Amino acid sequence: MNQASHNVAQKSTDKYAIHTTNLNLWYGTFQALFNVNLNIKDGIITSLIGPSGCGKSTFLRSVNRINERLGYVRIDGSIDVRGQNIYAKNVEILQVRKQIGMVFQRPNPLPISVRENILFGHKIHRSGKVSSRSEQDDIVESALRTVLLWDKVKDQLDRKATELSLEEQQKLCIARLLPVKPSILLMDEPCSALDPKGTEAVEELIWELRGDYTILIVTHNMAQARRASEECIFMLMGKVIEHTATEDMFVTPKNSETADYIEGRYG
Amino acid sequence: MFEISEINKRNQKTQKLFQILFMMMTVLLIMPVVAILGMLIYKGGSIISVDFLFSNPTNGMTAGGIFPAIFGTVWLVAVALLVSVPIGVAAAIYLSEYAPDNWLTRIINLAIINLAGVPSIVHALFGVGAFVIFFGFGTSILAASLTLAIMTLPVVIVASRESLQAVPLAFRMACWNMGATRWQTIRRVVLPNAVSGILTGVILEVSRTTGETAPIMFTGAAFFLPFLPQSVFDQTMALSLHLFVVSTQVPGVPEDLPYGVALVLIAMVLIMNSLSIAFRMYLRGKKKW
Ligand SMILES: Nc1ncnc2c1ncn2[C@@H]1O[C@H](COP(=O)(O)OP(=O)(O)OP(=O)(O)O)[C@@H](O)[C@H]1O
Ligand SMILES: [Mg+2]
Repeated sequence: MNQASHNVAQKSTDKYAIHTTNLNLWYGTFQALFNVNLNIKDGIITSLIGPSGCGKSTFLRSVNRINERLGYVRIDGSIDVRGQNIYAKNVEILQVRKQIGMVFQRPNPLPISVRENILFGHKIHRSGKVSSRSEQDDIVESALRTVLLWDKVKDQLDRKATELSLEEQQKLCIARLLPVKPSILLMDEPCSALDPKGTEAVEELIWELRGDYTILIVTHNMAQARRASEECIFMLMGKVIEHTATEDMFVTPKNSETADYIEGRYG
Repeated sequence: MFEISEINKRNQKTQKLFQILFMMMTVLLIMPVVAILGMLIYKGGSIISVDFLFSNPTNGMTAGGIFPAIFGTVWLVAVALLVSVPIGVAAAIYLSEYAPDNWLTRIINLAIINLAGVPSIVHALFGVGAFVIFFGFGTSILAASLTLAIMTLPVVIVASRESLQAVPLAFRMACWNMGATRWQTIRRVVLPNAVSGILTGVILEVSRTTGETAPIMFTGAAFFLPFLPQSVFDQTMALSLHLFVVSTQVPGVPEDLPYGVALVLIAMVLIMNSLSIAFRMYLRGKKKW
């Protein structure tokens, strides 16, 4: 499985990849998350659904602490990743980001070659010594193979990544996270900029990654949530309304608001 | 159903009228440039020769060449840039990538805008007070170049900051999300993508600095020096000042000499500008987001 170190004291919450306790978040004076309590299981795909503006992206961004770059964000409560509070004082933010990769709605490869994109994370995190060419080749190949992109781009590794098709770009954005060995992948509507074929391909890839990585995926596409996730979280206006196995949520939602949303009675 | 109507015709006429008007304005714009260049070439072209470019002035500057002035201008501009570019780019990086939005940052921004608006003669006086007298550099290339550097600084900062901010946030996000520090992000992604814009700003500044007279007049440029400067602590001749001198200060200068000096000065500026445009086009062509 993955490389996360399990040397922290074993708590009952350790079996969860992400465990939040009374998480509240404010943008300035505007409260975007209210008492979010979630237990997200290790090694599975959890989808996050809810109407626009309900705080899905906000939640995702607080799991890898990227929100803090905004400066005016305040957080209260805690997020434990594998039993360790990532908001604790002694936590190095760069390690958090390394452990927890993120993929965006709009593919954002860097304007450098495919190869350099993959090696970027590796290069910024390596300790002192420069890795050999063959070592780097291995890293590039294995990352691209994992995202099912190797056969397509193996002859154009020096091509600019921004020239690839959107589907390939998005796969590349997933691939470049892998060399630094994250254990959790956060994906914020990773398919919404893609055509149906690209969506299918990326979904397929995400399904492949299951087990090796804990995946939390935001989607507006009910069919996708149903097809491609094992557990599902429904959020509404900054609160978690329901969190169950995906099949149960779609067949027998416990909450009437969930039912309304799934049946398309919300925006 | 699809025939042209009276209203269509009227609207089209108005549209045509404005198009022609705007085009004429644009053509008008290039007339002074063409006129100036034409006049300089007509009146001063005959004096330009290898000898004119590479020999010393003689007979109380009424004959001979202008080599010391060309040499001095190159020196002044080079030293000025050596000072202003590193400081300016560093300041721009700080302001664009690090500075929090607080009162200090706002004061700094205000100061930069105001610095850009200070007349060059005021810079000259500041240069005399600060570099010539206070720091004791005397009238020298160093004092003159530092004065020029301070004058060019705001433009370097603003141009650099703008090209840094033109780099999409998505690139920075990508880096931060992989655990890159701010510096790694700047070094590996932001700067390489902003460098074309920064260089364009710098080269345009070169061409402006080349022509400045007031800031160097009291700080380091001399009317006439029979030798080339040996170090940055020497005075030097400069093209812009030389033009002023041979046009107004010395009797008996042949008519084509000042025009020749002006032509050389303008040619240097134009060559710099063309280089900068060509370079920008080259870098733009390579860059694809
Ligand atoms: N940077 C920000 N500054 C201030 N308010 C923000 C910021 N980002 C989001 N918000 C607010 O927080 C709330 C939640 O936004 P968020 O982007 O998390 O919603 P979302 O569920 O991801 O929506 P969508 O489905 O449209 O992506 C919204 O009301 C939004 O206006
Ligand atoms: Mg969102």
